[in-house]
Amino acid sequence: MTVAHAQMLVQEFVVLDADPPADLAGLSRLALWCQQRYAPLTSVDPPNGLWLDVTGCIHFWPDEIGLLVDLNDRLGRSGISARGAIADTPAAAHAAARFRSAPATVVEPGESKSASLDLPVAALRLASDIVVGLRRLGFETIGHLARAPRPQLALRFGPEPGRRLDQLNGLLFEPIEPVFAPERIRRRATFVEPISTAPAIETAIEHLVQQLVQDLDQTGLGACSLDLITERVDGGRQAVRVGMARPTRDAPHLRKLLVAQIEKLDPGFGIDAISVSAPLVAPLRPESAGTLVHREPDIRSLASLVDSLGNRLGAERLFRVAPVESDVPERSWRALPPLAPPANVTWPTELPRPLRMLAPPELVDTMALMPDEPPAFFVWRRDRYRTARVDGPERIHGEWWRSDREVDAVRDYFRIEDERGQRYWLFRSGISNESRWFLHGLFG
Amino acid sequence: MVRAAELGNRPTGALPSLPFGLNEIDSALPTGGLMLGAVHEVMGGGPDSVHGAAAASFVGGILARTQGPIIWTFVRRDLFAPALAGVGLHPDRVIYVEAGDSKTVLLVLEEALRHVGLGGVVGEVDGVIGLTASRRLQLAAETSGVLGLIMRRPRRLTVNAELETTAAHTRWRVTSVPSGPPLIWSPATPGLARARWQLDLLRCRGGEPKCFVVGACDATGHLGLSADLADRSDAPVEQSRAIA
Repeated sequence: MTVAHAQMLVQEFVVLDADPPADLAGLSRLALWCQQRYAPLTSVDPPNGLWLDVTGCIHFWPDEIGLLVDLNDRLGRSGISARGAIADTPAAAHAAARFRSAPATVVEPGESKSASLDLPVAALRLASDIVVGLRRLGFETIGHLARAPRPQLALRFGPEPGRRLDQLNGLLFEPIEPVFAPERIRRRATFVEPISTAPAIETAIEHLVQQLVQDLDQTGLGACSLDLITERVDGGRQAVRVGMARPTRDAPHLRKLLVAQIEKLDPGFGIDAISVSAPLVAPLRPESAGTLVHREPDIRSLASLVDSLGNRLGAERLFRVAPVESDVPERSWRALPPLAPPANVTWPTELPRPLRMLAPPELVDTMALMPDEPPAFFVWRRDRYRTARVDGPERIHGEWWRSDREVDAVRDYFRIEDERGQRYWLFRSGISNESRWFLHGLFG
Repeated sequence: MVRAAELGNRPTGALPSLPFGLNEIDSALPTGGLMLGAVHEVMGGGPDSVHGAAAASFVGGILARTQGPIIWTFVRRDLFAPALAGVGLHPDRVIYVEAGDSKTVLLVLEEALRHVGLGGVVGEVDGVIGLTASRRLQLAAETSGVLGLIMRRPRRLTVNAELETTAAHTRWRVTSVPSGPPLIWSPATPGLARARWQLDLLRCRGGEPKCFVVGACDATGHLGLSADLADRSDAPVEQSRAIA
């Protein structure tokens, strides 16, 4: 189709000259952005692809598809339409991303080959003359090709189809050469002999962190996260990432965080080189070493402990709680990051609240003398509790401005003490005759 | 020699402690209060041993009287923070760590207990701890001087955590007991008085086990004297004499 033909068919047809160097530069910028947000090892796949090695990075997202959806969302907001796939091998992900119609595909572990059998042979990244030749012989899909005898195939088309099939299978390792921003603070050490023991790696880390901290010091920056990348003898790379709650350039602290990750590293036949880099940095002013004036112990002095626990358990497992102005008990709090500035507010203390909350509230069977009275006894989890004393009700209305369902929602809360002195927080839901009783919490 | 090595970096002299402010309890403890730089165990009694609501309130009251940040680690997330604010523990002071299982709780406990400058560290453990693990925690607390509190929350009522031997300094059991009428002079008035606990000091290094009946923690984390003793007026005694 000529430009004139296209212009005739589509009004407001815009013609731009192709600019491969600018495309590549844009792609590199995207790869670097992905590096900060998604995975330590990213690379460009010209003309229009990105590689992300997400090994060990999935736990930041609910699942693999969640990562892809997040990536697609963010790219979409910048006006980039993209399709993505996650698979065991780069080749399988490459094929699924380009030849499946879904915007996000996850190939289950161990199914790299079987999931790709119905894709056309062009998905194997073969030269176009090989693809044409294969199709002329009747090889339409990868499945056809995989069943064909290898020697004859190699005789006719060279080693390339066999190599690509092996890469798809994971039989042949395919390294991803990562890109790094030139301004990235990064230190790399290469070894004369490959190392593989934990103490050796630890020494290397200590060395690298010291150099890195000097770099950070000179530029007035603090690291918000660190990547440790090992380069193995067989060409493979393994990366681990640690995050910090606050920017820091405290060498012992950073060293401790990285050393705790050594157990995740697989040295294989030996490690040739290790690099430590800071993908995310933030300005950090020089701090005085200490002060003679005694200060109140501040929650922010906990950065080292919080980082160490956060990297071991996952940062979202650590949280603080701050009040939310809502009468509905479940909504009266929200989680904060552990080192967020103090909120300086607390809940009103005149309304007693239970120490343990049941989420969701549990339905209990009750027996009351009069319909409107609190129960004389209730059955919870097949145990019977006889009421000795009661305090209440405390009426809590639904928040009608949130949804229509809450307009009529009313809960009458009672504090009930049983014969043994244990106190329970029960509520009656609704004010009609069909009201039901729920146990919502236990007091101390 | 092992003992000397263990005692090597322990601070000498008077051991700091956190008094309860009730003479009855403080005098039963050899250090005149809960020893800091040590691990203490708290468990619920009776039907509450699974949920540990009263025990958590007791722990919250203790921590409300300390200074500095608190690490509170647990297996499952059922603690309701507004209630802790009700016993005087400000929400800004507490960092919660959801560990997922008991083993991780112990790991977090040990790491946090090694950190100097915390007001206290709490861990809710739902299984056995073991003597070795508890000894490690105790040593970690001794080196940092941080107050460590372990809440025992067995998954089922049949598991009895009281029988396990650990290196904890003291062991407490908090059981709710029926509270009296809200107004002594008018027993028919409906309502609830201050909750009442039976506080059992089950084990105490260098002290005797003892049992107290106390009023639950108030808004500043202080225990109250047993309502029977504190609020009892002279009237009933006089009355009984009159009848006799």
